Amino acid sequence: MSQSETMTVEHGHAHRDDVGAKMGMWLFLLTEVLLFGGMFLAYANYRFMHPQLFRLAALELNTALGTLNTIVLLTSSLTVVLSIVAMKRNSRKLALFYLGTTLVLACVFLTIKYIEWSTKIHHGIYPGSEELLSKTNGEILFFGLYYVMTGLHALHVIIGMIILAFMFVFIYRGSITHDNYVKLENSGLYWHLVDLIWIFLFPLFYLIQ
Amino acid sequence: MEQEKSKHKEHGYGIYVLVWLGLIALTSITVSIAGMNFGELALTIALLIAAIKSSLVINYFMHIKYEEPIFKVFLLLSGMTLFVIFVLTFSDLVYR
Repeated sequence: MSQSETMTVEHGHAHRDDVGAKMGMWLFLLTEVLLFGGMFLAYANYRFMHPQLFRLAALELNTALGTLNTIVLLTSSLTVVLSIVAMKRNSRKLALFYLGTTLVLACVFLTIKYIEWSTKIHHGIYPGSEELLSKTNGEILFFGLYYVMTGLHALHVIIGMIILAFMFVFIYRGSITHDNYVKLENSGLYWHLVDLIWIFLFPLFYLIQ
Repeated sequence: MEQEKSKHKEHGYGIYVLVWLGLIALTSITVSIAGMNFGELALTIALLIAAIKSSLVINYFMHIKYEEPIFKVFLLLSGMTLFVIFVLTFSDLVYR
């Protein structure tokens, strides 16, 4: 909801306030941090209570796919930044190219996530499944957190893709220009936040030893 | 590059590619460390590397290093809030 508020701030007409627009975006991002923060808190709690079972459950996750997705997401963050630099230098085509690359990488991320989840589901591990319910409490909690946290993160990836697709159209139509690109910057901030959350999700779920 | 102090410093593509390379390197480090047996330290090391990665993303990709101080205040405030929540929760959990 606060996102639509920041959107209206951006739409200045005669006078713009780019710093104000960014401030609004950052305030929104902080609410996102608290949203995920609560989940990380739940994770920390349950891992503290069941350290061995979390380790056992994490063996089911595919580290290679997780690593690949980390690299894909980090690269997509880079291309967003490069798109902003290109826009500042007034090279529209290059900005479109980098932004398009980001969207492709986001699709790759979601495809890998899909493969990962469907393998798990095939093995009968999904919330409420008989297979999962026959396991110990610690493992049930681990997979519950896994599905909720990576699921909410994937939802953010999808939202980010929609926002970036709009920016793509705005650049194409010329409503984002080399001296008015705060919309693109704020969308980039959202995308980096998605990246930031993944930076913590990755070691906590895929790299437990 | 170090001499420029302007807040609205213009970056070229180069520095961002460097930051990205750093992030990829840190990712491979954290993955290979997870393969070794560090026992109790493993989680601390993994979180430390994640913290370094996020500071790179926040400072460069999110441009915080070059923004006005108020943005840093925002960040500090939310970081402190999270920290306090975690400390209070764990002080309950550990001594329950």
